[in-house]
Amino acid sequence: MGKDVEQYGDWEELVGAALLGTDRRRGGGPAGSPEALLDAAAVHTVRRRAGLRPAQARPLPAPAPRDPRPAPPAAARQRLAQLLAGRTGAGGGGRRGAAPDLTELLPQWLAAAGRHGYRSPAALVPALLDAARARTDLRPQALALAGPRGLWLARLNPDWRFALRGGAGGSGELPDVTDRAGVERLWQEGLFAERVALLGAVRAHEAAAAVRLLATTWATERAEDRLMFLDSLRVGLSEGDEPFLEAALGDRSRNVRATAAELLSALPGSALATRMAERAVACVGPEGVNPPAECDAGMLRDGVVRNPPAGRGERAWWLGQLVESAPLSCWRERFGGLGPAEIVALPVAEGDSWREELHAAWCRAAVRQRDAGWSRALLGAASSPPAAGPGTASLAERAKLLETLPDGERAEWVAQFIRAHGLSEAFQLLGVCVVPWAGALGRAVVDALDSAREAGSYPWSFSGVMGLAERCLDPAEAGRLEAAAAGVEEPGDSAGGAAAYWAEAFQRLVATLRLREAMLTELTPT
Amino acid sequence: MTEQGGRWTAEQVLALAPDDASRKAGGRLGGAGPWSQIGGSASGSVWGLCKGSGSTPYRTVVDLAGPAYKCSCPSRKFPCKHALGLLLLWSAEGAGEPGEPPQWAAQWLAERAAKAARPAAPAGRPVDEEGARRRAERRAARIGAGVTELEQRLADLLRGGLAGQEQAGYAGWEETAARMVDAQAPGLAGRVRELGTIPSCGPGWPARMLEEAALLHLLDRAWLGVSALPAELAATVRGRVGLPVSGEGEAVRDRWLVLAQYDSVSPDGRLTTRRIWLRGLGSGRPALVLDFGPPGRAPGLALPVGLVLEAEVRFRPGSAGLRGDLGERSTAAVPGAEVPVGVSTGAALEAYGAALREDPWLESWPVVLGAVIPIPGELGWQLADAEGRSALPVPVTGAGSRSRGGLWQLAALSGGGPVTVFGECGHRGFTPLTAWQPGSPEAVPLA
Repeated sequence: MGKDVEQYGDWEELVGAALLGTDRRRGGGPAGSPEALLDAAAVHTVRRRAGLRPAQARPLPAPAPRDPRPAPPAAARQRLAQLLAGRTGAGGGGRRGAAPDLTELLPQWLAAAGRHGYRSPAALVPALLDAARARTDLRPQALALAGPRGLWLARLNPDWRFALRGGAGGSGELPDVTDRAGVERLWQEGLFAERVALLGAVRAHEAAAAVRLLATTWATERAEDRLMFLDSLRVGLSEGDEPFLEAALGDRSRNVRATAAELLSALPGSALATRMAERAVACVGPEGVNPPAECDAGMLRDGVVRNPPAGRGERAWWLGQLVESAPLSCWRERFGGLGPAEIVALPVAEGDSWREELHAAWCRAAVRQRDAGWSRALLGAASSPPAAGPGTASLAERAKLLETLPDGERAEWVAQFIRAHGLSEAFQLLGVCVVPWAGALGRAVVDALDSAREAGSYPWSFSGVMGLAERCLDPAEAGRLEAAAAGVEEPGDSAGGAAAYWAEAFQRLVATLRLREAMLTELTPT
Repeated sequence: MTEQGGRWTAEQVLALAPDDASRKAGGRLGGAGPWSQIGGSASGSVWGLCKGSGSTPYRTVVDLAGPAYKCSCPSRKFPCKHALGLLLLWSAEGAGEPGEPPQWAAQWLAERAAKAARPAAPAGRPVDEEGARRRAERRAARIGAGVTELEQRLADLLRGGLAGQEQAGYAGWEETAARMVDAQAPGLAGRVRELGTIPSCGPGWPARMLEEAALLHLLDRAWLGVSALPAELAATVRGRVGLPVSGEGEAVRDRWLVLAQYDSVSPDGRLTTRRIWLRGLGSGRPALVLDFGPPGRAPGLALPVGLVLEAEVRFRPGSAGLRGDLGERSTAAVPGAEVPVGVSTGAALEAYGAALREDPWLESWPVVLGAVIPIPGELGWQLADAEGRSALPVPVTGAGSRSRGGLWQLAALSGGGPVTVFGECGHRGFTPLTAWQPGSPEAVPLA
């Protein structure tokens, strides 16, 4: 092809000729047949490819900050890879068979790895960020595990920008709380979420410093922001916060006033609590209940909301607010030295409609003031019928009351409840118990499942509790469960189908518990 | 089985799965729960009983040298979820002290050993040499006619000019490709189809189209004069046109490191091609092993990335000595113990350039880059030498590109620092396939 090639000088000229077509070039410019053009282009193409040189590099990314935390052991790394790979597409409809559901184990893996102080294996950081993006409940732990490497990557990929907001993991993003200039600058210039995170960090370090920081810009903040900032004072609330909260009672925004009042009422020694106590004991006593007749200016300033929601009477509404905000300690004296259980049991206002209002308000007060004694009294005996609880029949309220009890007592109460009433109403109560479930509680759940099987129910009627059990049962229960699963296998004639499903459900539970056990063992440093 | 360093990682095990569903199902069986009587032999096999829904547990046994699998379950997937689960369990916990296989496993293992020892089966029928020669001549004549027609088509293209191609659409080239299929030249058909897609692929398309048209023309010309070409180049040309490459090349016995394995599906979805890149640890020689799977089935050959196997690779003539077939494997595959030595970005392009001398149609060349830093960017990624001076672009769209997920994994491994990366280096840039993080011999396949 040599001779024809020489007719074309360079590649650009060739491309130009090819675009135009050889028919149109006849008479002007380099002459040539289409074959000659292709010959020349072939030589140029191979020559160009063979002579390629590297390009000029763009600026290198700044290296990621070092993460001094150790990587998890090899087996745990592989487990995480598996859990993250199984994240997508799992679940779905249909029967799940006897195999464990890996998706639900991811949060536990992350929590356990967090307790061990591990960092994420670098290769898994993108999958971890994707998981955190899809599931907000995983976000704090996933981001904490991903650490500085995760934030470094998030800065490079817009899909992961969420990691830079929120400050949930926070690592590397917030200034050191002792760096006054840095804190000051971020507080003045930061995004809202960064400021919330900063406030939390400063408060964890020194409660009073957070209030001082807040006071510097309080007057200029938007009402929604004031509300959120105020809310972050819930954590580590103490008497030192009272002056600030007392001032906030005069805020322009009603929501801010109400929140300030709520926080103050959780401080039994506060002036507001004292004022509320005075109002409350004036309405409630051994002689009966006499709700306030009006909502005066003082009550309004202390956060009482004047207008009741639709369907509720004004006086009951005001009464509820007064009692809920009064320190529970004021009632012992008012009722002549009686304890909470005795007070709750009194036939106060029997017959008229105030009793329910009063007990509901006491429940809210017990939760707000985290008063285990009052919670215990309001919960009553776990074995008594659910509808006849002394304080409340609402499972949601009971769950909240339970949260104020010590871990062991809480588990014991729920175990007794399950023994007496079965599983159908236990779901919410189980949700507030500490994981892994205490021995007695776990046994109560397993026994109740077994009874449900004997009674001929189908396992999917208990899928909620089953799912909880997979996540919360102590792996040590696997042995007992296996025995229960083995007991299922005798071929029942009428409930033959149900028996097979139960066998499968128990097997899956056992498999999941074993998997959880293996998972936790793998995370133990060697 | 040597327990220290002899086990595969879970990722290597999962790479064997024929599809996503098996991967998930296998993952669920990778815990101790349903398994009993797990054991392994010193010569490289693992077995166990897996409790299913029936009364008798499934008997699962894996020969790690193959790897080859046997399971009493009815699944027609290969390997089945039980074999995957068994391997996962073994990768996490091992199989205890090496021992004697139970009778049901021993029988199958013995059959395999006997088959491996037997010499390759002699051809069943006497070869009809005369008939084969006549068939080859007929096919060559058909290809010759196809090539002549294609030359005509290319000449018309250049006569009329490329400028009209943006409006001309794809159909004309699709028709020409079909003519090449009729002419029994699938290699040409594939290139023609590619050519038809270029006008719609963005700025710079005329230069790319001229390049591809010119290389196609070069292949046509080479075919027309193939009898006069040196044997190696002639084999390359026959292979590129689409004839099955016959004849034996060199056989190299070595310890082969599996550098990468990935699948691509043909445009019509009918054929899955699996590419496995190997590097001889002693010879330094690269090898490309291909395997194919019909619709709905994964290719049978699976070699997890990062493993080292001792084997003979029989190279085929032509194609710059890249294509090889895996011969008999002598030991169980074990994870590689060190990071392969890599080269600079400049040396990578030189290696590609040198290979073009033997096969001018070569799209890329397998290269391990040592100490490069990935630079993510809106306009495209680069892999830069550690000093940040010279760099290779990473193709993000079109042929040879990989998913963004793999690139982000690479960036995560690097953290802005140098990493060793294996990939395909060609005229479009460097496509990363596998990476090693600093200080660890563990190969990380990039998704």
